[in-house]
Amino acid sequence: MSTFLNLLIYGLADGAILALAALGFVLIYKATGVINFAQGEFLLVGAYMFYTAFVVLQLPLVVAVVFGVVVATLLGVLIERLILRPMVGESAISIIMVTIGLSMFLQAVVQMFYGTSPKQQPALLPRDSITFLGATVPLNRLFVIAIAAIVLTAFTIFFRRSRHGIAMRAVADDQQAAMTMGISVRRIFAMAWALAAISALIAGVLLGDISNVDQNLAAFGLLVFPVVILGGLDSVPGTIVGGLTIGLLSQFVSGYLDPGLATVIPYVVLVLILLVRPYGIFGETRIERV
Amino acid sequence: MAATATGIHHRSYTSELKLRATKAEYFRLALLAVLLLVVPFVMGNYWLSIVNTIFIAVIGAVGLNILVGYTGQISLGQGGFLAVGAYSSAILSDRIGLPTPLAILIAVVLTAVVGTFFGLPGLRLKGLYLAIATLASQQIIEFIIRRDHGGWLTEGKGFINVDRFEFLGFKIGARAVFEQQWYWILMPLAVLAVIGARNIFRTGLGRSFMAVRDQDIAAEAIGVNITRAKLTAFAVSSAFVGLAGALTAHYSEVVTWEKFTLQVSILYLAMIIVGGLGSVAGAVYGAIFMTILPVLIRNVANAVEGSVPFLSDQLPAIQNAVFGAIIIGFLIFEPRGLDRIWQRMKDYLRFWPFRY
Repeated sequence: MSTFLNLLIYGLADGAILALAALGFVLIYKATGVINFAQGEFLLVGAYMFYTAFVVLQLPLVVAVVFGVVVATLLGVLIERLILRPMVGESAISIIMVTIGLSMFLQAVVQMFYGTSPKQQPALLPRDSITFLGATVPLNRLFVIAIAAIVLTAFTIFFRRSRHGIAMRAVADDQQAAMTMGISVRRIFAMAWALAAISALIAGVLLGDISNVDQNLAAFGLLVFPVVILGGLDSVPGTIVGGLTIGLLSQFVSGYLDPGLATVIPYVVLVLILLVRPYGIFGETRIERV
Repeated sequence: MAATATGIHHRSYTSELKLRATKAEYFRLALLAVLLLVVPFVMGNYWLSIVNTIFIAVIGAVGLNILVGYTGQISLGQGGFLAVGAYSSAILSDRIGLPTPLAILIAVVLTAVVGTFFGLPGLRLKGLYLAIATLASQQIIEFIIRRDHGGWLTEGKGFINVDRFEFLGFKIGARAVFEQQWYWILMPLAVLAVIGARNIFRTGLGRSFMAVRDQDIAAEAIGVNITRAKLTAFAVSSAFVGLAGALTAHYSEVVTWEKFTLQVSILYLAMIIVGGLGSVAGAVYGAIFMTILPVLIRNVANAVEGSVPFLSDQLPAIQNAVFGAIIIGFLIFEPRGLDRIWQRMKDYLRFWPFRY
């Protein structure tokens, strides 16, 4: 029972971070129709930016967070403006490839500046653990789940209530109709990329806190693909369900069966879902016409 | 020589189907043939080894371009398929003791089968979904070879040492002649691969690949069997890739999982994008470009090592950054790649002094 509870908490924490990372991915796909293979690198860049501000420059926590958010926003907007906008109207293959090139570039630049060895940063979340129903539960995982839940709720409220959020949903629904209503589609595109970078930053910092700040963050980021395929590429609730499912699944497999197998099991699930229901649990089925 | 492409006037279907229509094209072909025959005698072992690597890359890139460039099925599983070819050929020839060419042949067929299997999702999926499905196949194959559960691949060593290539009493010699002898094996194979690929697209099957790429629903409406076209494209492409993988195994004489990661898949995609999607010549240019580029970067880094020591420490990272930047740059500024640039240069010369 105690193992089960432990794995449950670890799985939920991983899943919550995955859901945050996947949220950015879905935002970009919904608003701009771009599959962003560099989402994992956004996590990486976000975590390293925060590390730079917090540990290298010794800034106070709040300033470091603000620094991270500013850099993430700039990164998102610049990428949209310089790389994705010239690609408007190109084929799906080209757009996928440009983001793959981007992911390679970002990862290499991070490696150039920070090397490959893991960086230690002082704990942001308490490292103690509490005993609960006979299981020792680390507090920081609980905090991760709570923070991710707050951020995901905030994003949901943003989409439902605020002007910008509603404008984003309008653009995702129908670009031309949104344009005739006076919404600046360009600004919405830039905003989608910026928000994706910010949600990846939060995911990256949380992940860096419960593990290490190193290049593996990008590999973790690749797991957003099983998540979004499971939940549906264009569904925000889908990312939460998908993220938690994948997080729990890999923790349980690693705890009960084999840790090595846990790294590949999400991809096996991915293939199975693609064969059975390619548009995911909550995804919208698209009908194609010539 | 001036009146070329615009002045071609076909009078029969046979002449239209010809690979080469003008004298200039025959002239260039002859020039290339002479070049290929002279190279092994004038180049040193170091450069010859690079040329040999290029030949293997050409086979792999041509194969990938059949799938991605001509059929429009994006694949991130190239590294995995190379691994299937390399591992199966190495195991068949060394552990089971088949003659090497037979082992390579079986490896090619096996890779085609595996490729077709992973192409099955492609029947229902396209574009981004297919990219993600092939990403999964890459991860799964990479996991299998990396983990090597029970040691059935590498007998628990983590790598396979492949014996020197040997066939009917002929054995590749020591270092001094090693590269040169491999040249005479790899060069004809690469040339055959290129000619073979060019010929596929003169047949009905090849045309149906392109129809699927341009508009699959319309292709189905005019009677192209999409299932057959897509699966054949996966099979043919994987066969080329399997050949490249098997040759890598026997040429480099060691097989490890590090050679077949997602990075390799991306490198091959970069080759066909830089060279030109949907062009056999483009795949060749791309393979040459992307194989020589790291060598150039290394040379530049070594040359300035004294003044900028930072560079040589960061070589792998710099290489990846340059690769990434090149992929992005080509896609934004010249999506049709080196092949298109070469065409434009030819046009410029042909119409000179006029602009067009």
